[in-house]
Amino acid sequence: MNVAARVEQRVFMKGNEAICVGAIAAGCRFYYGYPITPQNDIPEYMSAHLPTIGGTFLQAESEVATINFILGTSASGKRVMTSSSGPGISLMQEGLSYMAGSELPAVVVNISRSGPGLGGIAPSQGDYFQAVKCGGHGGYRMPVLAPHSVQEMYSLAMLAFDLADKYRNPAMILGDAIVGQMKEPFTQTPYVPTVSQEKPWALTGCAGRPRQHVKSLYLKDNAIEVHNWKLHRKYLKMQEEEVRYEDYHLDGAKIAVVAFGTAARVSKTAIQWARREGIAAGMLRPITLFPFPGAQLEEIAKRVDVLLVIEMNTGQMLEDVKASTTFHDKIRFLGKPCAMPTPEEIHGELRKLAGRGR
Amino acid sequence: MTDRGKDRFTKKVYARPKSLVDVKSHFCPGCHHGIAHRILAETIDHFGLREQTVGVACVGCAVFLYDYIDVDVAEAPHGRAPAVATGVKRAQPDKFVFTYQGDGDLAAIGTSEVIHAANRGENITVLFVNNTTYGMTGGQMAPTTMLGQKTSTSPYGRDFRKDGYPIKMAELLATLEGTAYSARVATSTPAQIRKAKEAVKKAFEMQIKEMGFSIVEFLSTCPTNWGMKPLDAQKRVLGEMSEYFPLGVYKERKQADFL
Repeated sequence: MNVAARVEQRVFMKGNEAICVGAIAAGCRFYYGYPITPQNDIPEYMSAHLPTIGGTFLQAESEVATINFILGTSASGKRVMTSSSGPGISLMQEGLSYMAGSELPAVVVNISRSGPGLGGIAPSQGDYFQAVKCGGHGGYRMPVLAPHSVQEMYSLAMLAFDLADKYRNPAMILGDAIVGQMKEPFTQTPYVPTVSQEKPWALTGCAGRPRQHVKSLYLKDNAIEVHNWKLHRKYLKMQEEEVRYEDYHLDGAKIAVVAFGTAARVSKTAIQWARREGIAAGMLRPITLFPFPGAQLEEIAKRVDVLLVIEMNTGQMLEDVKASTTFHDKIRFLGKPCAMPTPEEIHGELRKLAGRGR
Repeated sequence: MTDRGKDRFTKKVYARPKSLVDVKSHFCPGCHHGIAHRILAETIDHFGLREQTVGVACVGCAVFLYDYIDVDVAEAPHGRAPAVATGVKRAQPDKFVFTYQGDGDLAAIGTSEVIHAANRGENITVLFVNNTTYGMTGGQMAPTTMLGQKTSTSPYGRDFRKDGYPIKMAELLATLEGTAYSARVATSTPAQIRKAKEAVKKAFEMQIKEMGFSIVEFLSTCPTNWGMKPLDAQKRVLGEMSEYFPLGVYKERKQADFL
């Protein structure tokens, strides 16, 4: 038994709180936010804990102000996080575009709810397009991580900070009301940094060096075109180096579920039931929604009879699945907008696809 | 002539402030951004803050601040400079943090951010340049556009029945508890420029003494978009603009009321 294993703690917590523990473990000492259901556990946790460890919690007047507090603290070279839900994340799109353009790292958590508009507070995956395609102007990308357990809420929070710093870019954690509000035990593994946190570009006053700027305006000649290609190369590198997914019983599978987050978590139960009945079901679970595991999906599509895409929306990741494979005739879709599909529903669908009675 | 007399005539009495970059100005003839920049640079030098300052530039003509002031500068989305400055100041309370914003930026799209920064008593300094129009985008109507003033989007003149009234930000922000200092100045005469510099010094002192939010509103010109000669633009500031937007100090917190 090594030392690290001995100090690892097993704790019982809500997903939203586990994100905070992961963020603090990764060195985040600044959190700004604005109340919105179903993510209020995050600002509440941060407002109680950050001041006790020399950190700063500040409640903003709006999500528009929040993302700009984030911009200022990120430009100061500090690890910083915010969280919100769909409507608030919409208000942050302007700031996210500016941060992508200015190459500023930060972690933004979306514990999404049902939309469009005020929608409802039920769990949903309706913000996939906004997160993955990026809802702000001008064309940019950001890593999007999709936890499906409280354990991953903790560990992906730490990873998000490293990805943000590695690429000098905002990174998003896309959860929902279920994975945010549910409590389960998780192992508090220590944070092991994978990137340098030195930020020579930070605005800290120009003592002993020439003045420097953090900006996204490029007016001279073709400077903005050069800047766009530079950003594009960064997004290509993310696609080359950051694809993460879980292969769940795919070996020998004839039906491959493709699902993320809560939909994937529920699918695991249904897949276990189906496998006990001799149905060869498995799952490709994207952990990074951007970059999307498209190459892996195409490999699996070659081997299976059916790709069953399951989402808590009317079909958004479905478009990325279609774009990743030529086997469109193998794709089936089970959508539950604004609600969690039950294991029974998914199990029934797997039985149907396997030619069994319901 | 004695040596003493010669000294008198060769003594340097005025020089480029250290914090002002030695580049040719791109601003239009008669524009006051250059004067405001010089006052800002002189005040940074006066307090010896050049290497401990982070500025926040806004959207509009004012964004080019970073070409002229020799300090670290972040660029904010339109209207959001006080929120960006909040993020900088909270992360680095030991730095001097200021924003430099125009009237479209601060008094229209950014009213929420500036009011709440002031109300929090955010320990930052705002330099607000009010020229009653959107300069960079071609002279559209601003919230500070005078009644009757013709702009590219109020071609028949601003009408209060349709567009409301020019907003008085220095007075409005002075009503908030978190505001330590609020003043309106002009820079159309040498005497006004001297007074403006005193006001900016006061505003800096508020932040240095950690007394809260400070703002100096500059009545400025935009001869290009006003369709005026530079000299006529000065007369407009001294006349109708100063009548509607009275110059003066609207709030000045004393150390005693703060403690």
